[in-house]
Amino acid sequence: MSEPPVLLKLVGITKQFGGVRALSSIDLEILPGEVHCLAGENGSGKSTLIKIISGVQPPEPGGQIIINGQPCFNLTPAESIQKGIQVIYQDLSLFPNMTVAENIGIAQHLHGGVVRWNAVRQSAAAALQQLGINLDLDAYVSALPIAQRQLVAICRAMAAEAKLVIMDEPTASLTRHEVDALLSLTRELKRRGIAVVFVSHRLDEVMEVSDRVTVLRNGEKLGTFDADGMTDHMLGELMIGRSIHYEKQSFEGVESPVVLSVENLSRQGDFEAVSLSVRRGEILGLTGRLGSGRTELALSLFGMNPADTGRITMEGQNLALRHTTQNAISVGIAYVSEDRLSLGLAMRHSITDNLLLSTLEDLSSRAGLVQPSAREERVRYWIERLGIKVGGPEHAVGTLSGGNQQRVVLAKWLATEPSLLILDSPTVGVDIGAKDGIYLAIRKLAAAGMAVLLISDEIPEVLYHTHRILVMRHGRLGGEYLPSASTEADLREAVDA
Amino acid sequence: MLKQFRGTHEFRLLLAVVGLVIFLAVASPRFLSIQNILDLLTSTAFVGMLAAGLLVVLVAGSIDISFTAVASVAQYLAILAAGHMGIGWFPTLLIASIVGISLGMLNALLVHMLRLSGIIVSIAMLNVYFGLLMFLSDGQQIFSLPDWFADALSWVIGTSARGDPYILNGQIIGLVLSFVLTWLLLNATGIGRQIRALGGNPEAAKRVGFRPLRLNLIAFGYLGFTAGLASLAQAQLAQSVAPNVLVGRELSVLAAVVLGGASLSGGQGTVLGTILGVAVLAIMQNGLILLGISSYWSQCFIGFIIIAGVSAIGLERRRQRRRTRRNTDDPEATPLAGGLA
Repeated sequence: MSEPPVLLKLVGITKQFGGVRALSSIDLEILPGEVHCLAGENGSGKSTLIKIISGVQPPEPGGQIIINGQPCFNLTPAESIQKGIQVIYQDLSLFPNMTVAENIGIAQHLHGGVVRWNAVRQSAAAALQQLGINLDLDAYVSALPIAQRQLVAICRAMAAEAKLVIMDEPTASLTRHEVDALLSLTRELKRRGIAVVFVSHRLDEVMEVSDRVTVLRNGEKLGTFDADGMTDHMLGELMIGRSIHYEKQSFEGVESPVVLSVENLSRQGDFEAVSLSVRRGEILGLTGRLGSGRTELALSLFGMNPADTGRITMEGQNLALRHTTQNAISVGIAYVSEDRLSLGLAMRHSITDNLLLSTLEDLSSRAGLVQPSAREERVRYWIERLGIKVGGPEHAVGTLSGGNQQRVVLAKWLATEPSLLILDSPTVGVDIGAKDGIYLAIRKLAAAGMAVLLISDEIPEVLYHTHRILVMRHGRLGGEYLPSASTEADLREAVDA
Repeated sequence: MLKQFRGTHEFRLLLAVVGLVIFLAVASPRFLSIQNILDLLTSTAFVGMLAAGLLVVLVAGSIDISFTAVASVAQYLAILAAGHMGIGWFPTLLIASIVGISLGMLNALLVHMLRLSGIIVSIAMLNVYFGLLMFLSDGQQIFSLPDWFADALSWVIGTSARGDPYILNGQIIGLVLSFVLTWLLLNATGIGRQIRALGGNPEAAKRVGFRPLRLNLIAFGYLGFTAGLASLAQAQLAQSVAPNVLVGRELSVLAAVVLGGASLSGGQGTVLGTILGVAVLAIMQNGLILLGISSYWSQCFIGFIIIAGVSAIGLERRRQRRRTRRNTDDPEATPLAGGLA
């Protein structure tokens, strides 16, 4: 009786997929009302572990799952839910075509028979009230912004009488403000004795409410640590298993020729009177909140979102404001988009096809046919140069990891031999190890004389990986910072001001 | 409540129907006569009943266009049995329903097991069912219709000024019944809500513990059931059964349901919308005939209406998506974007 009660206990959990060991002999304890972080890179076994806890996949024989002191054999998803375990997946698993009330009370429909609309509504209203959330019960989920959808998902877990809520990458698509709201909600869950497990590879945001953190690497548990005294940096090193240290950079080529210069560029509703220039070999950082106009500016430079007034000059050549993407490419601008999944790649096509998409024309013979030998050679060159890990060039891009996909997009645009490379949030959704590879690639490209415009809302990213930083706010440039003379706090203040 | 309804696709369709009715009532005095309305309902019954069934499959996030072949098979077998075994209308209905349900469920099973899209499976199965029926029946009409079949299920509900009887028939009852049943299934049963959830987000439905195969069996089976009913309604109206008269009408049923607001990507669509979608097409057709316009023109008109209606739906959904996206950005941080809205 002296031991604290344990909500969930895993003993010796192992999982094999074919010959690959995804998890080896994991022990884990979750206490009631604790906030526990499960950290690890992509492929470290986090998702597999969740699938085992939620009964979606069975562990290998010998492993034990003990919930509330009761050993569970052959745990099924329904049983796991019934024992109070709720997983909120990254996609939130909501029904966009249904109302908030029905989404929260969806489990009521499991009974079949006649729908008890009153019960559905009441369970939804009760969940909202318990967490002090104000949402229109009759609104359709498809009409809600992402942060509110997340609230709906959490309320659904409450309505199902969750004892343990597992959130998979909950902060990935939230703004800082929304993350804060999520954290205070987490405290509320904790106060009610509900345990919360955050699964993430980006933990700085959730660490402040966490009690303990468990780190996985390559399917093995490195240990469970107190969240107090755990820094971001230590956690990062534990996750990838080697130390990473970045130095602020300074630009040597202040005399080198200007590649891009923008004067007084404006576009109604997006940005106003933007002036900037980038030199050969320089990495210029551009940071600002979502909606500050940073992405819109990049799109205007690339010919996808024509500016109204102002002047764009590329290597001394004037560019029409209503230029097309083809114009932009031909004067040497390359753009790697924020959303690599929807804009950058044809996921079901091969790596080769994707890599060569932007340069098909100059690989073609006079007759317009693509020459196979030239294709292969170029693909091999880029796979090697950027260190892309591929099974074979003919594999579908969708089979690659996030970091490698990002590098394929990068290679696709580098193949056009641009003099200006615009990178929009190149490391979103990429884990620490792969990020490192991308930073290295950017540095190499700049050293080889390319001008780079790096857009990012992660302050450390622009602070440690650019030569000069511009802050954008409400569509205007709010100031210029040199990394060597600034701190994270300076920049954060400038962004939020 | 009313205010919410005014923003919906159903409301706009209702306006279109009312406008159409007013125009036709002015243009042709016969249009609003009780006899014409009864005729209109009777001749729409076949398409309407199928539309009600198809709606359920579309809401479930799948599609099945083999229902005309399913109806042909159900009709042929049921009437063959009725003619040879001397059974009454109820057992005949039962046979048609069971055949319809079985073939519908077979489609669902194939979609599930082969992991193919419903459109591919049902195009294939339409050919299989229809081909087999034509082969086995030799393309022959059934001539020995049972005696009760001539005036089954009809009631005189009044007489016109000239003394002609107004007849409420089985077609109209079947039409109303199909829509009522479909409404109950989709809105008042847990299974119906599970079907809608499945169409909205299949992965999430699985995670909640809904069983996709079971739900698809029910949805496809229900379409088969309405196909069985509709086939008899059509046979009774035509007073003949030929194996090859129904196949070819599947696309106009699909058009009516889609015009009514059901989405081919699943989870969307209401019974009211479907009724209105069927009504627009039926009234158009009826009205053009009353106005003495060539039926080829009416086909052409109907094509245009479908395009207009469906693009209106598409436009509305795009507007809604844009609204949502704008909400997603922090409104305080984007005064410029806010100013545009």
